[in-house]
Amino acid sequence: MPVKDQVIAIVAEQALLAPGDIKMTDTPADLGLDSLGLVEIVFAVEETFDVTVPFNANEPNAGDFDISTVASIVAGVERLVTEQKA
Amino acid sequence: MRRVVITGSGTINPLGHSVPATLEAMREGRCGIGPLDIRDVDRLQIQIGGQVRDYDETTHFNRQQISLYDRFTQFTLLSAREAVAQSGLNFSGELADRSGVVFGTSGGGLNTQDENYRAVYEEGKNRVHPFIVPKLMNNAAASHVSMEFNLRGPSFTVATACASSNHAMGQAFSMVRSGMADVMLTGGSEAMLCFGGIKAWEGLRVMSRDGCRPFSATRNGMVQGEGAGVFVFEDRDHAIARGADILCEVAGFAMSSDASDIVTPSKQGAARAIAGALKDARMNGEEVGYINAHGTGTAANDKTECAAVADVFGAHADRLMISSTKSMHGHLIGGTGAVELLACIMALRDGIIAPTIGYEEPDPECALNVVPNVAREAKVGAVLSNAFAFGGFNAVLALRASH
Repeated sequence: MPVKDQVIAIVAEQALLAPGDIKMTDTPADLGLDSLGLVEIVFAVEETFDVTVPFNANEPNAGDFDISTVASIVAGVERLVTEQKA
Repeated sequence: MRRVVITGSGTINPLGHSVPATLEAMREGRCGIGPLDIRDVDRLQIQIGGQVRDYDETTHFNRQQISLYDRFTQFTLLSAREAVAQSGLNFSGELADRSGVVFGTSGGGLNTQDENYRAVYEEGKNRVHPFIVPKLMNNAAASHVSMEFNLRGPSFTVATACASSNHAMGQAFSMVRSGMADVMLTGGSEAMLCFGGIKAWEGLRVMSRDGCRPFSATRNGMVQGEGAGVFVFEDRDHAIARGADILCEVAGFAMSSDASDIVTPSKQGAARAIAGALKDARMNGEEVGYINAHGTGTAANDKTECAAVADVFGAHADRLMISSTKSMHGHLIGGTGAVELLACIMALRDGIIAPTIGYEEPDPECALNVVPNVAREAKVGAVLSNAFAFGGFNAVLALRASH
């Protein structure tokens, strides 16, 4: 499964939605995800792809990993996965 | 109802191995947080903490004692020795039966658990030392203090995460006030700075990698600490009759439950506990000159706490001082309220307000006088100490200068 679909599946599970209902432009708030939900998504991403995501719930918008939309999360994970293979 | 006073205090924490050393560090705004020196630290994302430095258990305890005393119990016993010595009390006869112990801790003997899980899981050992259970149990510290000082009255341990110490001291206060006991040793202890203890906290993604900066716009999380604080709470008439030096009066206590979220704090829950402590102490909000904040340095706590203080105190919120000494000693979790009570006593007795160090930039959501970076001299007659725990349990103590 492509990284994008796996990330969407992870987000969907946390948001209690079907993957088909997740839009790439959705923000965490659109999906009803609070900071704990985000922390669980980050953990699931790390476990799935065996990467380390630089995420601090105190400053969710700081750092290199952009969690502002589903698309940005997908892009961030794709970058981490590429870096890990390099 | 009886009045309750504090006649002894003791501590060991990242700022010092005694009360005078700790108060000196708080006056000077010294930071006790630094690189962690523990096993497997290279496998941790978070590599800083407020550790008790220059500590060698063998200078205080013999081999047999060490086989029974986890680090959190050791910290408690050392603090209790200092507190009891200051109080001048000797527990025998009827006083022993009317005196007890109530301490707070969150992790109890977590180092003992960590070491022994490692032994059986990682190292594949099939045998552990016979005293692991009495060493790791949460009430071990209270039990050993009761034995060392012959305290034979009501004794137990409270575990409410970050509010454990304040809940414990609130119980001790209520027990002396109601007449259930004449003297209570109380406070709390924590020693969680081991691989497993930090790894668990790391998972929550609320820890800072570079420092604890409560109320500062640049804050990025909490930093764990370790240590203990122990106090002698005594019936005021009993203390006066024996000519004891009274450090201050414990005037009131209140607790509340958010009943909302397991980790996200609630302004209403905090405000109800603060207002409740004032009411219990029959204290006018205007009397309060200083609040020792819970002030963890997380985004969520600090703004919620400031909003709660503003709600309860109205215009007076801008006149009182509020500081977080966690900026210096870190978050001692179940022991934190006890070490922080020392800053409250310093304010009442010495007229010195401990600072919030590491303060870099104002946050409009924390727009109170947080005593940034440098201690302040001020005469205050009444203070509060806040503690707001994961699980939504809040506990606030109100203290007055003794007259």
